[in-house]
Amino acid sequence: MPDVRPPAFQPTVAQLFLTYLKIGLVGFGGVNAWARRVLVEEKRWLTEQEYAEVLGLGQVLPGPNALNVAIQLGDRFRGGPGALATTIGLFGGPLVVLMGLAILHDAYGEVPLVKAVLAGTAATAAGMILGTALKMATKLKPSLPIIAVGIAALIGGAALRLPLPYIVLGLAPFGIAAAWWTMKARA
Amino acid sequence: MNDQGGVLLQIAIGFAAISMIAVGGGIAVVPEMNRLVVDVHGWMSDARFAQLFALAQAAPGPNVLVVGLIGWQVAGLTGMLVATLAMTGPAGLFAFGFSKLRGRLAGARWLRIVEKGLVPIAVGLIFSSGVILAQGAAHPAGPGTAISVLAVCLTVFSTLFVWLTDRSPLWVLVIGAVAGALLL
Repeated sequence: MPDVRPPAFQPTVAQLFLTYLKIGLVGFGGVNAWARRVLVEEKRWLTEQEYAEVLGLGQVLPGPNALNVAIQLGDRFRGGPGALATTIGLFGGPLVVLMGLAILHDAYGEVPLVKAVLAGTAATAAGMILGTALKMATKLKPSLPIIAVGIAALIGGAALRLPLPYIVLGLAPFGIAAAWWTMKARA
Repeated sequence: MNDQGGVLLQIAIGFAAISMIAVGGGIAVVPEMNRLVVDVHGWMSDARFAQLFALAQAAPGPNVLVVGLIGWQVAGLTGMLVATLAMTGPAGLFAFGFSKLRGRLAGARWLRIVEKGLVPIAVGLIFSSGVILAQGAAHPAGPGTAISVLAVCLTVFSTLFVWLTDRSPLWVLVIGAVAGALLL
């Protein structure tokens, strides 16, 4: 089984929980870029390719894709308890923060300083997501057909604003064909 | 149904159903959530929905947590927990079942090709969500207002920082917050 690590690399249930708690709490602008940062660059539990693949599956499965990734990884490392640990970590911390924010927002949401801080954070969080996409695209060294599918997904989402299920399900056959072609060409 | 239990049941059924059609991620079904919350049940106005959505975007954590805020608005803390569980429970069990199945199939050549084939879509969609967030962030005073040069510069700086260095992106978020406070 290619994705199972040697025992030395198996995080414990507690490590899975704490790591996902961190991913949830720092996850400004969406969690996927941060999950990649922590799992691939900081902890080195996954390679660039492994993370990209599990995220791809998470997008095809129904439901929030960060959740689908957390459950698959928790299960791969530590089975059911691992999946539960990553899920509670991912949602528990942010839920508490959000509850506090909702209360504060009703009181202070229109204060100009708060708006300005949020606007500045939003601008850099957007760059964080873009930088992550560029980093993945350059590190994965994709073949030309794979790049074409990626650009099609980008155009479909950002320029045409198509509903995500159409993009994912519509492009999946092309992505699979491109991966098959690449495997043959590089064999 | 106006009693608390009835509302909680509506929240549970509504979000569980929505979660199971959310292919591509929770954000894919925001229009459907809007329809459920504003049009079908009349729990809040369009403007309030947009506010809660913006708040969930600004906060850390999965963007899909907007359902927690909706539940909180409609039925307090219990509503928040019920909505979050409904959005994550059934989809989570499905993902868990898939993960078990995948464990048995691991190594199958067709599965490897499928997994590799989904990668460019995953990366393309991260890219696309970055573009959409950047477009929104470029107009800090709201949609249709003037473009803020500072906001665009912050986005470009943070893109290059994250792409070309391995330092923690928390640094750029702090810089963004401070720059926003001082200059925006």
